[in-house]
Amino acid sequence: MAERSFAKEVKSLRLGAGSPFRGEGILAVTKALLQSGVAYVGGYQGAPISHLMDVLADAADILSELGVHFEASASEATAAAMLAASINYPLRGAVTWKSTVGTNVASDALANLASAGVQGGALIVVGEDYGEGASIMQERTHAFAMKSQMWLLDPRPHLPEIVRAVEQGFELSEASHTPVMLMLRIRACHVYGRFTAKDNRRPAFCAEDALKTPSRDYGRIILPPSIFAQERQKVEDRFPAAVRFIAEQKMNVITGPESGDLGIVLQGGLYNHVLRALELLDRADTFGTSRIPLYVLNVTYPLVSEEWVRFCSGKRAVLVIEEGQPEFIEQAANQILRKQEVSVRLLGKDILPRYGEYTVDVLRSGLAEFLERFSAGRRSGIGGLRPAKEAPLVPAERLAALVPPRPSGLCTGCPERPFFAAMKLLQREMGPLHISADIGCHSFATLPPFNMGNSIMGYGLGAAGASAFHTDRGRRALAVMGDGGFWHNGLTSGIANAVFNRHDDVTVIIDNNYSAATGGQDIPSSRGANPHREGNHSIVDAVQGVGVKWVRRTGTYDMRQTLKVVREALTTDFRGPKVIVAEGECQLNRQRRVRPLMRTAIREGKRVVRERFGVDPDTCTGDHSCIRLSGCPSLTIKKSPDPLRTDPVAYVDNSCVGCGVCGEIAHAAVLCPSFYRAELVYNPSRWDRFLARVRAAVIGVLQRRGERRRLRYAL
Amino acid sequence: MSQRPIRLCIAALGGQGGGVLADWLVEIAEAQGYLAQSTSVPGVAQRTGATIYYLEFFPLAESERAGGEPIMALMPVPGDVDCVIASELVEAGRAVQRGLVTPDRTTLIASSHRSFVISEKSAMGQAMADEAGITGLLRAQARRLVLFDMDAVAERHHSVISSVLLGAICGSGVLPFARQSFEEAIEKSGIAVSTNLAAFADACRRAGCGDEAGSTVGDPAAALPESELPVRARSPALQSLLDRVRRLPESVRALALAGVRRAIDFQDPAYAELYLTRLERVSMLDERRSRGERGVGNDRALTVAVARSLALWMTFEDTIRVADLKTRPARFARVREEIRAEADQLFGITEFMKPRVEEIAGTLPAGMGDWVLRSPRVSRWLGRWTQGKRIRSSTVSGFLLLHTLAGWKRWRRGTQRYRQENGRIHEWLSRIEQIAATHYHLAVELARAQRLVKGYGETYERGWRNFSTLLSQLDALTARPDGAAVLARLHEAALADEEGEALAKALAGMQQTPQPRGAPDRGSA
Repeated sequence: MAERSFAKEVKSLRLGAGSPFRGEGILAVTKALLQSGVAYVGGYQGAPISHLMDVLADAADILSELGVHFEASASEATAAAMLAASINYPLRGAVTWKSTVGTNVASDALANLASAGVQGGALIVVGEDYGEGASIMQERTHAFAMKSQMWLLDPRPHLPEIVRAVEQGFELSEASHTPVMLMLRIRACHVYGRFTAKDNRRPAFCAEDALKTPSRDYGRIILPPSIFAQERQKVEDRFPAAVRFIAEQKMNVITGPESGDLGIVLQGGLYNHVLRALELLDRADTFGTSRIPLYVLNVTYPLVSEEWVRFCSGKRAVLVIEEGQPEFIEQAANQILRKQEVSVRLLGKDILPRYGEYTVDVLRSGLAEFLERFSAGRRSGIGGLRPAKEAPLVPAERLAALVPPRPSGLCTGCPERPFFAAMKLLQREMGPLHISADIGCHSFATLPPFNMGNSIMGYGLGAAGASAFHTDRGRRALAVMGDGGFWHNGLTSGIANAVFNRHDDVTVIIDNNYSAATGGQDIPSSRGANPHREGNHSIVDAVQGVGVKWVRRTGTYDMRQTLKVVREALTTDFRGPKVIVAEGECQLNRQRRVRPLMRTAIREGKRVVRERFGVDPDTCTGDHSCIRLSGCPSLTIKKSPDPLRTDPVAYVDNSCVGCGVCGEIAHAAVLCPSFYRAELVYNPSRWDRFLARVRAAVIGVLQRRGERRRLRYAL
Repeated sequence: MSQRPIRLCIAALGGQGGGVLADWLVEIAEAQGYLAQSTSVPGVAQRTGATIYYLEFFPLAESERAGGEPIMALMPVPGDVDCVIASELVEAGRAVQRGLVTPDRTTLIASSHRSFVISEKSAMGQAMADEAGITGLLRAQARRLVLFDMDAVAERHHSVISSVLLGAICGSGVLPFARQSFEEAIEKSGIAVSTNLAAFADACRRAGCGDEAGSTVGDPAAALPESELPVRARSPALQSLLDRVRRLPESVRALALAGVRRAIDFQDPAYAELYLTRLERVSMLDERRSRGERGVGNDRALTVAVARSLALWMTFEDTIRVADLKTRPARFARVREEIRAEADQLFGITEFMKPRVEEIAGTLPAGMGDWVLRSPRVSRWLGRWTQGKRIRSSTVSGFLLLHTLAGWKRWRRGTQRYRQENGRIHEWLSRIEQIAATHYHLAVELARAQRLVKGYGETYERGWRNFSTLLSQLDALTARPDGAAVLARLHEAALADEEGEALAKALAGMQQTPQPRGAPDRGSA
């Protein structure tokens, strides 16, 4: 079950024509898919489109009513390959993932899909993970669109426009027999807004129809000589068809005054921010009426030459606002204009930054410079419109010193924490190790307080990333992989590869039962009951199945056992890949499961013991070794109650879930006796009460005696 | 000029409910006839990092009059935000850092409580952010500031901080929405309605009053007013100790009294006498210095530093001390409070102890303890009993075990650990006395450096190792005019990392740097 439930929100997916739909961008995309008569949907979770997968999973009933097939694909490659259904049949299909990482994984299938061409509309909704909030390397999906000849939509971050982009995306795909990518930036995925709904449409053609009368065309197979014909079709048929459709349907918009010697071309996704920047520069009003001509590219690939020529002709200077690098649009536009001999000064990344997110602030500065340089000086008065850069009241260095950064970290009670704490202790004992890290919650181990992991090569590639460190003697490398990455590709790319190539390294698979970092989605080894998925497949069996002979399991919360197993793996004489499955259920999910059960049990009068940890402030000396080994959000600090101590003491706040790691660390690290565990008893039994009375009596007598003595010496 | 959308930004921590607050605000705005847009960048920041929600509101009627929808931004623009809501103090500071809070426009509604970041928590000493500095920054930068401990208010009403923030927004009047619509949004959510409403109402009232934050930050001992020094000891037997404290210079008395109390608590009044005797010797040095030298400040820096360090060192954390502190009734009461046990609720306490051979030997009579530590075979044998122990101090057997250990106090003066620590203290004090006359500031730094010796097990070993390293540099330091400043730097370096890299680097740097010219013995104090 995913971290966030959309059970309430998905009801709005049933809204009929004319009803106002309210919700997140991602929910609007789902509704638009249903309105477009989509026949099948797949994808792989990851911010910023995780919620799209969660919404679809929660909408299982609605989808099945409409006869729409939905899969939580094993990887983006799986999802992309699913689009094969649209090659031979008029089936509309949509897939989604985080880009560009997901697009990387999917590219093989995507390239073949694009070459074969499609009959039914194929839509790829990519969450462009770029700028603030991104968690991956900064690249552009644009390059994939260009290299495989797929069309790229970049609509305004406004729900009606996003919905229209989905609907038109299918039409464009069918009109040009080409898959279409719909790109949504992070904030657009999460933007709350409204649009007027249409009725949902059952797919006109469905999988059963296809299977009843299978259709085959060798021209759609990716082998010679078809591939040469397909390349010709791309250039001679599909590209012109797409350009025609885009122009005829006026997918791109030219607005603002008819005349003017300056102009601005922008990606649709940047529309709101460009307009806000213009508004701040007094060049547009609140309602988007610009005093400078604008050319809004809702389709950023392919470009429509005639539109560029029309927009740029007669202008002195045009600014291209294109986020990310390289500046593909600017380059292409220069080529178009030069070939058509349009003499206009085209500017772009010579005024705007060459890299990084185009925030309103960045756009405001860039636009101000553009207007200042190219407006006829007398009329502009732009100088006064530049963002008023007052001298800041507090200098930046002082601010930086005052405000410490807040990096992300593992959650309270996270099962991965004790594992990395154990690794820290192990490295103290054995010296530093080369650790090949992976993508997942465990990536946070590269941050303080653990600071471990030498490289990250991609999802599920932790083991593969250690392949070159293959020596016959000396220290072994350690690879980390999550259960999510394991099922995504790590089983073959890492484990089977290590067996086949006779690696001698150690791989730890951290099994927290979910694809936790992306929001707790289920995966093949998930233990919880899921009515729509088949889980409970053992990672150990899978690993042994591909030929690993040395496999150990350890519970992460048992640090001593973990230490023993990893130490053994690193030092054993056994030759061959060694795999350790470190198990511990994601605490976020566990708490969501366990808390309500506990509350119910307490309410029903059952005896329940709840554990939590604490630190005695009078024995804590404020060294914070425990925090350096744990980093748990609930293990924090407070000012020492002792007037003599200047260092803050450790303190366990009320968010503690009693996972037990504090006690384990105190023992395993020979730390300090300040930790205690309290066991709160709800609905105690008679025996509990009796014992408590006896204990209170004995302890009370001794304690009172001590108090009397202390009182005698009170100063 | 047409009306502009209201711009509102929420700066929160992942998992703190910023999303709930944003949803409430959207609902309220729509109920009040506004177009609302909200967005966020959750991503990895959901996992305990800093995260931002951004909202814009625009009157629907205005939009209909204009015949079009306003274009709303999806991110806050520096200098262009009407209201910033920060769910924690440093996040409020971060909003200022991002330029989102400007004096001409922004109402800042922030909670003054702290949720510490990892660098503050994991430091080997004190690294808490400067709360007073941040508060000053907020006051200077906001057009209007509503600042109070919203976490505490949430706590008081068994509610969550989002309800308190919502109340503060309502009470501040920064949004043109009726109070009733705020309350309706809480009611409509249907979760913990009564407690959320109570927290909301409380915050709403407080926000009307504005800025309530007046928390004092600083050294609690320094804040001890003179009047708190008792004139008469509660126990007549201790009057002489109190009189001796009162004869000390004024700036030392509060600390010295704390030290005396601590020494009695640790051992007995005689031990407190030893503390005072040692302290008085140092105080005499200070006395002599202020008499001998003209223009020397009367701050008694050395006595102050020794009063603190000596008290902490003399009350070292041996097993007896730990057992003593763990078995006190006040401790049981504190646990009850901290774990929020309901009245009369039963609870057990389990202690996690892992005494090493050193700790066991330290509790033995000195001769025997030394023998154990010297003999590898005995150490190994004893080592078999040093696995981690879980002692249930709330049971009769567990309590008796600790109680007996605490009672060992009677024989503490004979233990190996007592001899070792008091020997080291003696040596440390002698060095201070030796150099104080000629290198006063260096002596002060040496007194302060005792802070390194703390903790248990490996922590203690590391601290002692570092402190010894510093001690070994003393001769070299007395030869340098900047010796005190260098020692202070070494002290900081020893606290920079566990592996001792910073200290090693600082030591290497010390040997390389040419000794700067300057007045002799310029302290860093």
